[in-house]
Amino acid sequence: MKILVPISKVPDTTSKIAFTDGNTKFATDNVTFILNPTDEWYALVRALEIVEKDGGTVTVIHQGEADSEQFIRKALAVGAHDAVRIDAPATDGYNVALNIYEYAKDKGFDLIITGKETIDYNGFQIGGMIAELMNVPFVTLASSLEISGGKATVGRDIEGGKEIVEVPTPCVISAQKGMAEQRIPNMKGIMSARTKPLVVVPAVAESFTNVKVYDMPAPKTACKMIDPENMDELVNLLHVEAKVI
Amino acid sequence: MSVIAYIESNDNKIKKSSLEAAYYASETAKIMETEAIAVALGTHDASELANLGQLGITKVLHDSNPKFDTFDSGAITKAIASIASNSDVVVISYNQNGKAIAPRVSVRMKAGLIPGASALPSLEGGFNVSKNVFSGKAIAHYQVNTAKKIIALTPNTLQLIKGEGTATIESVSSGVSDADFTTVIKGIEKTSGTVSLTEAELVVSAGRGLKGPENWGMIEELAKDMGAATACSRAVSDVHWRPHHEHVGQTGFTVRPNLYIAVGISGAIQHLAGVNGSKKIVVINTDSEAPFFKAADYGVVGDAFVVVPKLIEAYKKFKANSY
Ligand SMILES: Cc1cc2nc3c(=O)[nH]c(=O)nc-3n(C[C@H](O)[C@H](O)[C@H](O)COP(=O)(O)OP(=O)(O)OC[C@H]3O[C@@H](n4cnc5c(N)ncnc54)[C@H](O)[C@@H]3O)c2cc1C
Ligand SMILES: Nc1ncnc2c1ncn2[C@@H]1O[C@H](COP(=O)(O)O)[C@@H](O)[C@H]1O
Repeated sequence: MKILVPISKVPDTTSKIAFTDGNTKFATDNVTFILNPTDEWYALVRALEIVEKDGGTVTVIHQGEADSEQFIRKALAVGAHDAVRIDAPATDGYNVALNIYEYAKDKGFDLIITGKETIDYNGFQIGGMIAELMNVPFVTLASSLEISGGKATVGRDIEGGKEIVEVPTPCVISAQKGMAEQRIPNMKGIMSARTKPLVVVPAVAESFTNVKVYDMPAPKTACKMIDPENMDELVNLLHVEAKVI
Repeated sequence: MSVIAYIESNDNKIKKSSLEAAYYASETAKIMETEAIAVALGTHDASELANLGQLGITKVLHDSNPKFDTFDSGAITKAIASIASNSDVVVISYNQNGKAIAPRVSVRMKAGLIPGASALPSLEGGFNVSKNVFSGKAIAHYQVNTAKKIIALTPNTLQLIKGEGTATIESVSSGVSDADFTTVIKGIEKTSGTVSLTEAELVVSAGRGLKGPENWGMIEELAKDMGAATACSRAVSDVHWRPHHEHVGQTGFTVRPNLYIAVGISGAIQHLAGVNGSKKIVVINTDSEAPFFKAADYGVVGDAFVVVPKLIEAYKKFKANSY
């Protein structure tokens, strides 16, 4: 079993979000970056569990500049066998998907597991794009995944419940909570990550979209405090003022 | 030239998120001075489809092949791309299914995707659509540089305005063959009787402040009275007081209801990331310093076990007096 896990690097949720250059660039000063949670906790760990059981390898792939390598090493420390860095900043979702496809298309991966979304641009898009480029099945928002006999059995969330579906491999799955439990790298993992293979490949530039400018949502008006004894007033405000009931 | 909306039904009723996609498509068609058309695949109720005319859709292209009733992102993508091949813009709700379809359609049609649009497009100096980023902490104004565009619409973005009109229904064949369907459904677990969380207009949510799963009765009662969905914080689903599909936040679902009522939830940044797109937020918490009050529109400092029963009573009274 050969599994590919695309991983991304994102600002920690507690980071202050600000922009520079006339609000055209995200200000990275003082921002702590982390591996994207769904990629690290769910996609990568489930991939490792599958090869631990059935044999095989897990390759992580990341598009980003050289300063991303510490995050790639972290994924290797968690247990990935080898890594690929696509040497260019990510321009849009299509650009990243295309680059991952260009690398993966002739390598014979049985399975590609992405995270459901990155917590910075909240795209939910790269997994589906890779699947279409590869012309293989795609199951999104998966909370469980079993592989056997050339088939993937996947639990996916639907409105108001959960659906269990089966698709043939090779396929692309996007992972979310429920699929696995986070693994903290141990000393042995961290030591061995230093010498695991990390290849750097060039990128293609094609993309579909670009961000022109960022802005901030309108500031919240101050919270109106209501007397806990007077829930009639709250209901009345929700009806008359907020018009939500 | 046209703008296409992709329509899904559930139990023969068009999903609310699809009605929004239809309305968004017709508003976009007005901006672009063209026609708004809908695409429906599989089993749908004909009068429901015709009623899309009230949202500005002139024509519905319907491929009634029942194979489409099993959700298969690859087959649906192929069908949409084939039916929409002469259209400029395709609008798809970014609900759970849309998240599997829209990125595929984007690649297949070589059309730039806005994954989660939060407003109508603007044509000033290009084709521009804005989208929330950094979990709602900022807005990015995207420009789409391809001739065709896919707009994946965040649910609950627009207030629907219905007018008069009936859409004509035209049967089409999308040219999808049986071999294009690769997904087999093995089972469905419905969380029966409850309102779907990501589509809900009202959400009642509770956290660790409720002390234990046995105390959720009042939350469910309030939700039932209001016709709201129930949700919870991660702290609560982690200890299995509530099922995981109720967990909202950075690592759970993102919701954008008209009203989010948070009971006994502190308002950690990771929780807010999933709910701060809500139009109005009510916070009920014993601690006046709880961070959630900073994100709230209405706050009640008080004990949930006292306040929620009073709120249920006040809501019942309100409902009895309206109409
Ligand atoms: C990487 C990461 C991702 C995370 N993702 C998520 C996520 O997606 N969603 C999420 O929710 N959390 C998430 N968390 C956890 C988050 O940081 C908080 O720990 C969690 O939201 C706290 O849940 P809570 O508010 O229910 O509990 P607490 O923080 O314990 O708050 C309980 C609140 O109840 C109030 N209270 C107590 N008694 C009463 C009473 N009788 N009446 C009224 N109020 C009362 C208290 O004052 C307090 O404010 C994440 C954390 C990390 C590190
Ligand atoms: N720069 C990147 N390099 C590699 N994989 C990525 C990158 N960005 C996103 N991904 C993968 O695509 C998934 C979905 O991201 P997105 O569509 O951007 O929300 C993530 O969870 C990652 O698995």
